[in-house]
Amino acid sequence: MSEVAAPVAATDAYVREILDAAIAQARRARLDRRTFFKVAGLAGAGLVLAFHVGERNVAYAKDGAGAFAPNAFLRISPDGTILIYSKAPEIGQGIKTALPLIVAEELDADWSHVRVEQAPIDPAIYGRQSAGGSRSIPTAWDQLRKAGASARAMLVAAAAKEWNVDTSECRTANSVVYHDASNRKLTYAELASKAAALPVPDEKTLKLKERKDYKLLGTRVSGVDNHAIVTGQAVFGIDHVVPNMRYAVFEKCPAVGGKVAEANLDEIRRMPGVVDAFIVAGTGQAHEVRAGVAIIASSTWAALTAKRALKVKWDESDASKDSWSKAVAQARELAKQEGAEILKTAGDYDRALASGKVVEAFYSYPFVAHAPMEPQNCTAWFHDGGIELWAPTQTPEAGLNAVARVLGLPPEKVTVHQLRAGGGFGRRLINDFMCEAAVIAKQAGVPIKLVWTREDDMRHDFYRVGGFHSFKGVVDASGKLIAWGDHFITFTADGKNPTSGGGLSPDEFPAQLVPNVRVTQTKLPLKVPTGPWRAPGSCALAFAIQSFIHECAVAANRDHLEFLLEILGEPRWLQPGNEFALNTGRAATVIKLAAEKAGWGKPLPKGRGLGLAFHFSHAGHFAEVAEVSVDANKKLRVHKVTVAGDIGPIINLSGAENQVEGSVIDGFSTAMGLELDIENGRVAQTNFDRYPLLRIAHAPEVEVHFIQSDFPPTGVGEPALPPVAPAICNAIYNAIGHRVRTLPLTREGFTLA
Amino acid sequence: MRLNVNGRDYLVNDVDGSTPLLWVLRDHLGLRGTKYGCGIAQCGACTVHLNGEPVRSCTLPVSAAVGKQVTTIEGLAGPDGTLHVLQKAWIEHDVSQCGYCQAGQLMSAAALLKSKPRPTDADIDAAMAGNLCRCGTYLRIRKAIHAAARELNEETTS
Repeated sequence: MSEVAAPVAATDAYVREILDAAIAQARRARLDRRTFFKVAGLAGAGLVLAFHVGERNVAYAKDGAGAFAPNAFLRISPDGTILIYSKAPEIGQGIKTALPLIVAEELDADWSHVRVEQAPIDPAIYGRQSAGGSRSIPTAWDQLRKAGASARAMLVAAAAKEWNVDTSECRTANSVVYHDASNRKLTYAELASKAAALPVPDEKTLKLKERKDYKLLGTRVSGVDNHAIVTGQAVFGIDHVVPNMRYAVFEKCPAVGGKVAEANLDEIRRMPGVVDAFIVAGTGQAHEVRAGVAIIASSTWAALTAKRALKVKWDESDASKDSWSKAVAQARELAKQEGAEILKTAGDYDRALASGKVVEAFYSYPFVAHAPMEPQNCTAWFHDGGIELWAPTQTPEAGLNAVARVLGLPPEKVTVHQLRAGGGFGRRLINDFMCEAAVIAKQAGVPIKLVWTREDDMRHDFYRVGGFHSFKGVVDASGKLIAWGDHFITFTADGKNPTSGGGLSPDEFPAQLVPNVRVTQTKLPLKVPTGPWRAPGSCALAFAIQSFIHECAVAANRDHLEFLLEILGEPRWLQPGNEFALNTGRAATVIKLAAEKAGWGKPLPKGRGLGLAFHFSHAGHFAEVAEVSVDANKKLRVHKVTVAGDIGPIINLSGAENQVEGSVIDGFSTAMGLELDIENGRVAQTNFDRYPLLRIAHAPEVEVHFIQSDFPPTGVGEPALPPVAPAICNAIYNAIGHRVRTLPLTREGFTLA
Repeated sequence: MRLNVNGRDYLVNDVDGSTPLLWVLRDHLGLRGTKYGCGIAQCGACTVHLNGEPVRSCTLPVSAAVGKQVTTIEGLAGPDGTLHVLQKAWIEHDVSQCGYCQAGQLMSAAALLKSKPRPTDADIDAAMAGNLCRCGTYLRIRKAIHAAARELNEETTS
């Protein structure tokens, strides 16, 4: 247990020891290329299994291609502690609890014996280390199950040997092996060292549990770090300290691309507590280091005070002049025609336009910020020709490489320590804050903790990009949707591709299911940086598409539920075996379930309505029904959102429900009142006084229903979010007959009741 | 200047009285459970108690805390580590996601239970209105407060 409680540095050393032993083992055994290795050579270590989790094609060993690269470890100590090293960053998605649960299930472990440790960051060994795309669960699922099953088989074999009985006569439960016939039992603690002496079983002989036999998976388990969090002991990025550390702030031009023309550096350097102030030229890349002024001080407050006194004259000759209001006006003009760029055509779209009732509408949604509660920060120390960083990042491996590139160092001279992140939502996939800290620390010559203010965080985000859709839908005499047209107006940074998060797949629902289709695109130039925001693309597209489908259903005088199910058609997997392809059967099941649980069709008083929406993203099928009431003054109350989702088997039910509850609140919060006014390249909303995240009084009730299917599991950090906004907007229509086509809702005159 | 934090006296040197209490706690006293979120008393991540009342330490000058009792998240549990009834409820209801705002949420909730041992939903709405949770754990926060209140009242009646 001593390792568990040891400080981070000691843990790193211990993990490193296991790692080195595992690599040595892997080298010896590379010819038979087994998946699991017993790690020998650690005195008193008990049973240590090394294995690999994640996409195999990105993993490689330090000693060259082809060798097996373990990146995860399971250790059963002689004291019974079951320790699992997790390579994925924890950003609030609960991965640090979910991954060990998978191991513990197949191991038949007593959950209270399980401890989990953050593994060190080393791309040469671990390959992809990231938290994004809801991919951590699906990429770990098979290997973690097999790891647990392998260890269990070895413990059973050790017990059977001890008792001189056949392994088939033994059973396991709660970290104990039983031989019922002779009423004997041995604990995993007692068996750990004996099991370590036995061979690792052939993977093919392992029998994984069936879902009906799960004892832990699918139950509600409280997060492994909860005690640390509620006592204020959890160490987030911003909490890390290094001896002799100074505090740094960094002032950048409010418009991206601006450079420092001059600054009152001498005055700043004379301020109390200020150690140094200097100009950072930047790399010219927003995702690395923007130009600005760094201030180093003896305390955060001294640095912040100096930052406020800082006067910078910006050279904005190359800076963004982007204007949201101009983009809106341009888009409205462009929307009158189709786009020049064709994304998808099917059937005879023009003929279909002449053979039914044509519905037309223009939808828009704004730029929004990630605004994680913990502003960007990073601690960095340049010493001995290399740099060490402590970062709350979603992509430590990418961060390490970015820092190496920016400082001109080989990657092995860069060490990254992963720290807990106070929210991610996609913001921390980009490691500009790490690159800044690295450059500032190198010049400062002392360890520094760079902390962004909330204003910095809002001004220098990689925003969820805004966008516009000019839709045409055609319903025939029978009320069937026979044509789908969308002129998608988005933005481009490079003149070629849509800006990050601003793409539209030709296979986006429902274009792949409607017989006559024309989807076109126009891209407006943009300098403001954009990036992935929780359920990238989907987080905005679902609002426009699912709202317009409802418009078509209304125009056809059809029930929305029935109309949506008709579009899906027969149950089929559009690309069998491809988890990222829509399965219309799974879609219909969640849609029907959400509708049933929400009481679809029930009589409601005037001003109250139910709204339905469906979206498929990140391999997850989600349908949601919102129940809202709206008064004559457009005061809106979202009473409840009923969610039905199919993400395969549920790992931690509590964690999954928490993610869905959070997605609903995030989805409502964003749809209700969040937008960024960008003028002259600057965002107007720079703190929570003007960026009104939803507060507790307005959080709707959330009812979650999961279809526990046997499809491979996917993550649930993202796919529950996209249907929220359209479900609410469709409910508003059903309540008062007002069609919301512009987000946020405050733009259309709605306020919170 | 002298500060009393979590029942312990601290002598703080080289700090201007106008410095927000938040930064003195974090940088000078090493009590980093209290978090910075906005710096303008909008998010509540920095909530601590001053003589039992919830305050936003990011805008409270440290001079205002002199001669008063400051309680931070590190002082919410008993000196022997016994968790506050709210901390237990937070774990029981698996409230946290990223966890960054939760110290502030807990401090606001603890002040609420002190003044209203049986809070209604409206009481919770009012007392917790200053605490943002970007992850959206509000539903669990509400449940945990109600559960903690029930336990507290059972303790006092039995």
